[in-house]
Amino acid sequence: MKLIKAIIRPNKVDDLKEALAKLQIAGMTVTEVRGHGRQKGHTAMYRGREYEVTLLPKMQVETVVPDELVEPALQAIREAAHTGEIGDGRVFICPVEQSYNIRTGERET
Amino acid sequence: MNQADTAWMLVSTALVLLMTPALAFFYGGLVRSKNALNTMMMSFISLGFVGVLWAVVGYSLAFSAGNNYIGDLSRLYLRGVGLEAQGTIPHYLFMAYQGTFCIITAALISGAIVERMRFSAYLVFIVLWALFVYSPVAHWVWGGGWLADMGALDFAGGTVVHVNAGVAALVAAIVVGKRRDYPGSGLLPHNVPFTLLGAGLLWFGWFGFNAGSALAASPIAGLAFVTTFLAPMGTLVVWTLLDYARGGKPTAVGAATSIVVGLVAVTPAAGFVGPMSAIALGAIAAVPSYFGLVWRTKTSLDDSLDVVAAHGVGGTVGALLTGVFAQKALNGIADGALFGNPAQLGIQATAVAVTIIYSGVVSFILLKLIGLVIPLRVSAEDEEDGLDISNHGEEAYVHGDASSMISHEGAVKAIPALRSELA
Repeated sequence: MKLIKAIIRPNKVDDLKEALAKLQIAGMTVTEVRGHGRQKGHTAMYRGREYEVTLLPKMQVETVVPDELVEPALQAIREAAHTGEIGDGRVFICPVEQSYNIRTGERET
Repeated sequence: MNQADTAWMLVSTALVLLMTPALAFFYGGLVRSKNALNTMMMSFISLGFVGVLWAVVGYSLAFSAGNNYIGDLSRLYLRGVGLEAQGTIPHYLFMAYQGTFCIITAALISGAIVERMRFSAYLVFIVLWALFVYSPVAHWVWGGGWLADMGALDFAGGTVVHVNAGVAALVAAIVVGKRRDYPGSGLLPHNVPFTLLGAGLLWFGWFGFNAGSALAASPIAGLAFVTTFLAPMGTLVVWTLLDYARGGKPTAVGAATSIVVGLVAVTPAAGFVGPMSAIALGAIAAVPSYFGLVWRTKTSLDDSLDVVAAHGVGGTVGALLTGVFAQKALNGIADGALFGNPAQLGIQATAVAVTIIYSGVVSFILLKLIGLVIPLRVSAEDEEDGLDISNHGEEAYVHGDASSMISHEGAVKAIPALRSELA
């Protein structure tokens, strides 16, 4: 069981949800985040003072999948969130030690 | 000169001017947060550019003698406009009152092209549109032009303001083209309370728009005030019932929209119809705008904030219904079809048709010409990042105590170094 954490462009979330749904991956947590990789920021101006906006808005999609779905899910994410421009984002995959369903108390593997 | 009239028109002018910031809130709430400032600026900027244009040349073209189709340049730079009476109020005040109409009419168009039109191109467009479309059409109806001679009834600007802006919005939505992610599911309003606030303030300002169009503190102003009070109520009731009847829930965006539709529809009728007619007019007007809006979302027309359904359709229905519900017993001018004068309906239809054709054709030509000089749209990247940061260098909502920004002095040193390191 792995936690997949994808940080993607905000307008790619729908495509990503659709691509994961095709793999029967329905559960996910989506968070608005701001981040900073190689993508260049913008210059902002407030009350005569110039600022560099260095942290750009991204969406972070987290989902937990069984080991055998990690590869297909990664493939789906890379296709759905890809534009080829700088700023497409990152995917992190981490091991999950334990997982419980709160309602049923059931331990998932 | 009449002092009561002057006092009422001073208030009315301020009320109508408030409608443009109100429109900014109405529209601003309906877009995504990354475009909130750009959308609101599209309304606010009209207060500057269109307002100055009006004083310099627009007023002259609309309200000097000229011929049947356009005024002349005798009042260029407000020459000959002074403290003397125009009707029963100071000429200066009359000019300012009419200016507030021109400002909001130009701003109305922005709802069709938000979230992708380049701000500079929009700015040039509304200035030229105010000059070449609004000013002549205002002359036709209010400046002693041919639609007035024909007997068209337009109390406060159903054709001049709403049909006119609605058609320009339709053309602009087509020429500028749809947003890159339209019709995606993510194009949602970011702040519905703003939209409700805007609708409320628009209604408040509209009392100046309609009751002020009597140009006097008169019984007809009282009538126009009451019809402006009642018509949107009728629209709001029917809109809500339609929501329920179609198995849905009564939405706040729907309520805000319906109030605007009712106000638009009663605008040409305000001083010509009775109170029960106003409720009926508002109620009837809900139906075509409601279904127009539902239908539009199934097409590829990205009239983003439904200017066509609210102002184009609502204005047309209101102008036609004025020809149905008008009562000579109230206004002393003309009866409508319901009171034995079906010919009035034909005159109303002609005025609407002519406005649609003129505004449609000239708006199209203006946009195409501007497009030759300035790209009408922002780049794909700027559209994705949002027009606030790309066109204005500001964000409506700065997150995390501005942790996303560093001041420029720091940036100059830190960022290039960081970038080269990462590259």
